[in-house]
Amino acid sequence: MQTPVNYLARKHWKQTGIIALIGGIYLLSSYVLKFDGLGGVIAIPKAFAWLGINFRPTANSTQYLPSIWQKLLGTVMLAIASTVVASIIAIFVAILGSKVTGGNSIIQTIVRGIASFFRNIPLVAWAMILLFSFKQSDFTGFLALLLMSVGYLIRAFMEIIEDEASETMLALKATGASYFQVIFQAVIPQIMPSLISWILYMIENNVRDATLVGILTGTGIGFVFDIYYKSFRFDAAGMTVLSIIIVVIVLELLSNQIRKVIL
Amino acid sequence: MISNSDERLVIKPKSPQPNKIKLHEASLSRYMIIGVLVSLLLITGYTLMHLDAAGVRINDAVRGLMMTLNQMFLQPSAGSDGMVLLLQALGISLLLSIMTTVIGAVIGFILAVLASKNLTNAYLGSGIRTAMAVVRAIPTIIWVLIFSIVCGLGTNAAILGLSFHSVAYLTKAYSESIEEIDQSTIEALKVTGSKFWVIVFQAIWPTIIASLVSWTFIRLEINFANAVAVGAAAGAGGIGYQLFVASGMSFDFHEVGMIVYLIIAVTLLLEFIAVKLRKAYIVK
Repeated sequence: MQTPVNYLARKHWKQTGIIALIGGIYLLSSYVLKFDGLGGVIAIPKAFAWLGINFRPTANSTQYLPSIWQKLLGTVMLAIASTVVASIIAIFVAILGSKVTGGNSIIQTIVRGIASFFRNIPLVAWAMILLFSFKQSDFTGFLALLLMSVGYLIRAFMEIIEDEASETMLALKATGASYFQVIFQAVIPQIMPSLISWILYMIENNVRDATLVGILTGTGIGFVFDIYYKSFRFDAAGMTVLSIIIVVIVLELLSNQIRKVIL
Repeated sequence: MISNSDERLVIKPKSPQPNKIKLHEASLSRYMIIGVLVSLLLITGYTLMHLDAAGVRINDAVRGLMMTLNQMFLQPSAGSDGMVLLLQALGISLLLSIMTTVIGAVIGFILAVLASKNLTNAYLGSGIRTAMAVVRAIPTIIWVLIFSIVCGLGTNAAILGLSFHSVAYLTKAYSESIEEIDQSTIEALKVTGSKFWVIVFQAIWPTIIASLVSWTFIRLEINFANAVAVGAAAGAGGIGYQLFVASGMSFDFHEVGMIVYLIIAVTLLLEFIAVKLRKAYIVK
């Protein structure tokens, strides 16, 4: 029998337990990783002070602007291209593999397995493996982003199809429409808004990831930042970071506006 | 008598065919979808035409890639580092991601409460939201590189950099869940004269706990991927650094395969736990 006193006592214990658990995890990991909590907190204002002094773009650093923006634009376009190609592949695979539109359970399991496999191989591994065979080029960065995005998008699209399209599909099936009619007249138009929303999200994500891939494979904006950073031209590096911030925020605002209209 | 030749008197149907059924309604949303699709495809086409492949012969490159993949996935081995070292590095990466998620969740929750439109005043809220948007816009790897100047290369810089991004991400995610709460729940407690933090922990916390847990676990998965990436690109230690050394310096792709398998095992485990936890909270 649960009395109010009982309930409150249990709630109290539960809360204490959660707080103890969180604290315990923090202490254990900072012990193992030799993390100096206080030093870390002190390092934050230090880091910002350092940023304020060294990363402040000067009049001199405007000379780097054209090359930074050229690379940044190239990176954004690369991110868009890899996302679009990935989503074209992913939509067909997702239709094959989803529970409502897909083939038999063997095909579904295979598709799920492939998607999970591509998704879970770290981006670093893709970048390094591709770098070994495809050398230092934009194409390598494109492939790394593509392979990573395909895994994510297959899973996202399959979930969208299962969530949103099953009723419309059933309605069209009842009229005697063929499989391809159902896919192209019901499923795809129905999921289009969510599809685009996911593609936009993936583009934002890929622009950010492109920086990492760039540092590893020597392409795009990541490479530019790495060069400036490692040759101690911090004002130029600061300019690069500032440009990245502007582009990412503009992309986010733009896709939020698009989402508002289509959803 | 009416004859057929008397055309004025015969009533012809005005349009021989009924109006066509409109298949698509013209709306702003539809135009927007078409516009976005067309522009994305155009950009993609342009980019792919001008893509610089550095003169690599695709056939050779693909054959090389297949050979590498074969070495990686079919003949994995622990290589010269040994399994113990790899497992240790994996543990460090995992701890790194758990710890930064915990820091991100605690600070993120406090900031999210302060940033939510339905709880605090508009200026403070929009100030926090703007700051977090800027923090989120900077890639994690750049945060880690910035902190590594002050703290030196290593796990300290990685923890700070990863935490920064986690805080910004979770603040946004949490405050969106808080803003979905029914206003009457909050007002009911306000009427009783409850203080601000009482409202937060008695009304808001229990209402959003499910989405809180779910977002935190999504971030944990992201943080693990980031911890690997940061280890590789900023030398911050962990399994990512081993991966970088094996694939970029010693070219031991058997070891790369082993490391990738280890990482996949951990991510699958995290996914499994996340699914179980989500189910547990939704049933409640």
